[in-house]
Amino acid sequence: MDNQPEEKHTISVLVDNEPGVLSRVTGLFSGRGFNIESLCVAETLDPQVSRITLVTRGNEQIIEQINKQLNKLVNVIKVSDFTHTEFVEREMALIKVRAEAQSRAEILRIVDIFRCKVVDVSPQFYTIEVTGNESKIKAILDLLSHLGIKEIARTGTIAMARSKKEPPRREKKSPKDNYKEVDPYGEKDCE
Amino acid sequence: MRLSGAEIFVESLQQEGVTTIFGLPGGVITDIYDCLGRSPIRHYLVRHEQGAVHMADGYARASGKVGVCLVTSGPGATNTVTGVAAAYMDSIPIVVFTGQVPTLLIGNDAFQEVDIVGITRPCTKHNYLVKKVEDLARIIKEAFYLARSGRPGPILVDLPKDVLQNKTEFKYPKKVELRSYRPTYSAHPGQIQKAAALMVKAKRPIIFAGGGVVSSMASKELKTLAEKMSIPVTTTLMGLGAFPGGHPLSLGMLGMHGTYWANMAVSHCDLLIAVGARFDDRATGKVELFAPEAKIIHIDIDPTSIRKNVLVDVPIVGDCRDALTKLNHLLQGEDATHWGKARQSWLDQIQEWRTTHPLTYEPSETEIKPQFVIEKLYELTRGEAIIATEVGQNQMWAAQYYLFDRPNSFLTSGGLGVMGYGFPAAIGAQVACPDRLVIDIAGDGSIQMNIQEMATAVANRIPVKIVILNNGYLGMVRQFQELFYNKRYVQTRLNGNPDFVKLAEAYGAVGFRAVRPDEVVPVLEKGLAAPGPVIMDFIVAPEECVRPMVPAGKGMTEMVLV
Repeated sequence: MDNQPEEKHTISVLVDNEPGVLSRVTGLFSGRGFNIESLCVAETLDPQVSRITLVTRGNEQIIEQINKQLNKLVNVIKVSDFTHTEFVEREMALIKVRAEAQSRAEILRIVDIFRCKVVDVSPQFYTIEVTGNESKIKAILDLLSHLGIKEIARTGTIAMARSKKEPPRREKKSPKDNYKEVDPYGEKDCE
Repeated sequence: MRLSGAEIFVESLQQEGVTTIFGLPGGVITDIYDCLGRSPIRHYLVRHEQGAVHMADGYARASGKVGVCLVTSGPGATNTVTGVAAAYMDSIPIVVFTGQVPTLLIGNDAFQEVDIVGITRPCTKHNYLVKKVEDLARIIKEAFYLARSGRPGPILVDLPKDVLQNKTEFKYPKKVELRSYRPTYSAHPGQIQKAAALMVKAKRPIIFAGGGVVSSMASKELKTLAEKMSIPVTTTLMGLGAFPGGHPLSLGMLGMHGTYWANMAVSHCDLLIAVGARFDDRATGKVELFAPEAKIIHIDIDPTSIRKNVLVDVPIVGDCRDALTKLNHLLQGEDATHWGKARQSWLDQIQEWRTTHPLTYEPSETEIKPQFVIEKLYELTRGEAIIATEVGQNQMWAAQYYLFDRPNSFLTSGGLGVMGYGFPAAIGAQVACPDRLVIDIAGDGSIQMNIQEMATAVANRIPVKIVILNNGYLGMVRQFQELFYNKRYVQTRLNGNPDFVKLAEAYGAVGFRAVRPDEVVPVLEKGLAAPGPVIMDFIVAPEECVRPMVPAGKGMTEMVLV
């Protein structure tokens, strides 16, 4: 049972937006020896509900336990494991990189290729905002590292299931539909 | 009607049908005590808050109702943690109310402030900090519902002083609405069919019953199934009493100190039907070697219990009673006589294991053997007493030599293993069942961990009987040291034990002592007949070991027998 392969899983947990709920979730992970690679929490459209997106790693049995244990928490409304499904995941990073006269052009080229933004400029440093999945962020960090990265801040992964790719039905729109996804493909990919 | 939080508390408890609470007052909950004094709810004043939680726990186990305890903030709250964790591990429905400093002071390190909700988060089924009086009635309603529904467990509700003093309109909610909590009671019919098919096919089946059978009150259904299909039943420690111990199909307890034949039967069965058991390491031994030849059916109301420790072939999520009823319904056309014959060779094999390696000990003319005391206690009470135990050798001997014929009669801290659990739990059980004989089987070490509750028993005339198997050691650890540490008895000799007879008398209770084997029966007879709380101090063979034993981490067939 223990020698199953480990796999990365992106799990989305809808929880009651109440004090202490995050600590119930993280306490469950630490108490049972599961690991968390990243964690993101914010309110959903319903202000009484928060979405926790967490990335964890484990074999099939551990992931099954994580799902069941999360579901067992009284404040957990829904658990969805996105792994093996169609989903979009994004992470944002702010990267402060050394920008001397001779390297600025190269940085701006990389920024252009990766479709990121320079959000702060000083005589010595550029701060770059980059959005993408984990591998894209890793790629840009690798490219920038020889120039001298001073500091980074990353958000951790957020994720959402892709909508069904059927032709849209012609229906009268109600105002409630306004928040529904406009782009059925999740978003315009930037990779 | 506008009521204060304290009044709402007392009213809500009555709406929940609470007649009894165990507790100890303190500064921030004086408002509640003031209201309690004017209510019909009976309050039992304990001498230490740990005692109050164990009493609520014992009350719940013996009665099947939710046990309630009430303590103050800070140390009152932290003193309950062991009891809360014990109830959590054993899935016992209790609600613990703790006082808290006023909401404005929370976080300021106020006098007797502690973050008890934070502390007990991992050892409660759920817990609450009530932030405004308007939420109080709803939270109390939810707390009782959560405690007893699904897989039962302890709920803690933290009550700040100002919440108890503020007033609001009181209306007790009729229904609980929790969108995120819906336990599965009804077992899936398809899975039930698969299970029934396996039972019909199996040559060497065995039922492995746990505490879930007791908490879902499914003993009758379990007996019907076992008898119909002639399937022998072994139980976990928590499952003792779920199936009659004297029944021909009963194998007694399995596991670390289980019977030889139960462990052998599990190791050789071709179908294991786990009902309300969670495959705890003390029951399974080395899990890779547990029931190695068997297909496994696992019935449990908690999905996390299934496939946590072992892989199973037929998982059934649902209430044990529902699942067993459905199984019995499906199998009602089966012929019990046919199955009796069909299983004969399997039952004969088990009988042979039982005959060659019976549960036994070396009798003595000069020393009292602890097993002998339990045997005599069983005979004298005809198996009808409620038995609470402490933890250690006393617990295992009680489990081995007292045959429990009915459920809700064996109260023990199975999961957490709390020394000091038995005596207060026995008090709680006696309060729940005033007409039954309630006995705490204790060791000389563990009885001292909550001996102060003797005052509670005496003051309230709660006639609990304590049987101390006094060997002058922390016996179970001494046994470990004897078997695995070459008899180096480090810090297990209990020097300075009190004279337990005089101790009983000092509290205003009665004490008896037996030193020789021929004194055992007279002391038990006198002690059990005496009206109030009694301590019976049996000076037993100091270096007796609990056998058989599967050493930790070993397979079930690797038992140490002598």
